[in-house]
Amino acid sequence: MIFTVAGKELRALFSSPLAWVVLAFLQISMAWILVTRLDAYLTVQTQLMQMDTPPGVTEIIIAPIFGAAAVILIMAVPLLSMRLIAEERRNQTMTFLISAPLSMTQIVIGKFIGLYSFLMLSVALILLMAASMYLGGRLDLGLLGTLSLGLALLIAAFAAVGVFFSSLTAQPVVAATATLATLLGLWLLNMSQANPDSPFLMLALIRRYESFTKGMIDSGDIIFLLVFTAVFLILAIRRLDSDRLGG
Amino acid sequence: MNAPDQNQTVRATELTRNFGDRVAVNKVSFSLNRGEVLGFLGPNGAGKTTTMQMLTGNLAPSAGQIEICGIDMLDRPTDAKARIGYLPETPPLYRDLTVNEFLQLAGRLHRVPKKELAGAVERAKQRCGIGDVGQRLIGALSKGYQQRVGIAQAIIHNPDVVILDEPTVGLDPNQIRDIRALIRELGGAHSVILSTHILPEVEQVCNRVQIIHKGLLVFADTLGGVSSFKGRSLMLGLRNPPPIEAIASVPGIAHVEPARGGLFRIEPAADTDPTDALVQAAWDGKWSLFQLAPAVSSIEDVFVQLTHREETV
Repeated sequence: MIFTVAGKELRALFSSPLAWVVLAFLQISMAWILVTRLDAYLTVQTQLMQMDTPPGVTEIIIAPIFGAAAVILIMAVPLLSMRLIAEERRNQTMTFLISAPLSMTQIVIGKFIGLYSFLMLSVALILLMAASMYLGGRLDLGLLGTLSLGLALLIAAFAAVGVFFSSLTAQPVVAATATLATLLGLWLLNMSQANPDSPFLMLALIRRYESFTKGMIDSGDIIFLLVFTAVFLILAIRRLDSDRLGG
Repeated sequence: MNAPDQNQTVRATELTRNFGDRVAVNKVSFSLNRGEVLGFLGPNGAGKTTTMQMLTGNLAPSAGQIEICGIDMLDRPTDAKARIGYLPETPPLYRDLTVNEFLQLAGRLHRVPKKELAGAVERAKQRCGIGDVGQRLIGALSKGYQQRVGIAQAIIHNPDVVILDEPTVGLDPNQIRDIRALIRELGGAHSVILSTHILPEVEQVCNRVQIIHKGLLVFADTLGGVSSFKGRSLMLGLRNPPPIEAIASVPGIAHVEPARGGLFRIEPAADTDPTDALVQAAWDGKWSLFQLAPAVSSIEDVFVQLTHREETV
């Protein structure tokens, strides 16, 4: 049942031009960054050779792509997530799902999985790009693994925020704006805080992602991102339930 | 609790729904058996749609209980919903899917087994007369076709209870006939709840009638029971009728309206019985009284009388 809902969302995404435009934009920016980083790598290659432990191709070229991907996804996810529930509300098609033998949890998780699968496709495309580096050398697969894991967890958190804001309103644009504001706010949280020990920084998503880009797997970060995702999904479920109860 | 009746498909007990301070539906109880078509009538804003939304699990009741085929809607909502097909007032259609894709989705969501899905889609399309538009996008269809796609998604899983909220709105007369025939056909094996404003429609397809007014169930009977409904109006027959004002001036009469064959329809004022006064006035004025009887009701009379009265008092 969950996958029927997810399949429906995935199909809806692929049948809208917006999703293709976002995917294309993402891919072009990634490719651009890849080319510029490759160029920079080639100019400093001779100096790198003289170092005792020179940073590898993965660290210099691939890691920045993943860093940039996270920032671009902050802008892309709201555009893709805004329609999930808000538009169903506006078109009064939500009744179709609620009248079907589905629980609110199944509806929300199904929609989340649909969006998440689409976003993971973009991660797969980035990985393909990274794989192209195999043509000229070797890659640090361990680092590539943590980068992918980090991005996958981060995207789940982004998507959950998107689903939540889409559940709050019947206006997709409002949902997109709120999602963008929240994600940017959480991303930039560490810029505004002078005190590095401030508890607010716990929430800064960029910090949670940073360790992955250094090739580190911190179980604290994994748990934080998973809990973050779960909290927003539960809030979305609660919100749909209260639609039914309140009035 | 009485044992679950195999034949009983819907049972609503003391259903109540508040929106803030406003009581939209107030202690509505009814039940429905297999093979019955229930016409659900009421003026706009009476609580029809709210009741239907509660029956289909789209709204939680503030109080009361709903059972679909003996399954409690509040305890086991998904199992109960699997037995309902619902067409809301606005048909919930995904405009960027084709009719076939949409019906397949509806079937899968309503637990139609994969092997039977193609057959179920074909059957639903055939019953609703949309067999020739399967490949077209729903958004490109006319209103009448969209409405029929809406009905098709409600019956695709062969539900025990079909709930249709104004299903014939926007259809042309031929389509209306087809849909009414379909509803009658559905009534054979399923229970159908039909909400509508069109009173002749109820007379044609329903075998039971319920009227809801201001959240209260004010009338519930079989269609046969409607004609024996003892309304408060009287039919007065005079061979030598005076001006209508003379009749209206008889004490205890709220309203007089001429009807066919020299008859007058008399609406008594609240809590009065003007029969004696009328007979006396007819005698005094030599009006040649030949008939004074309670009016035989049509659904329209019942509807107007029950839903109009409180506003005039």
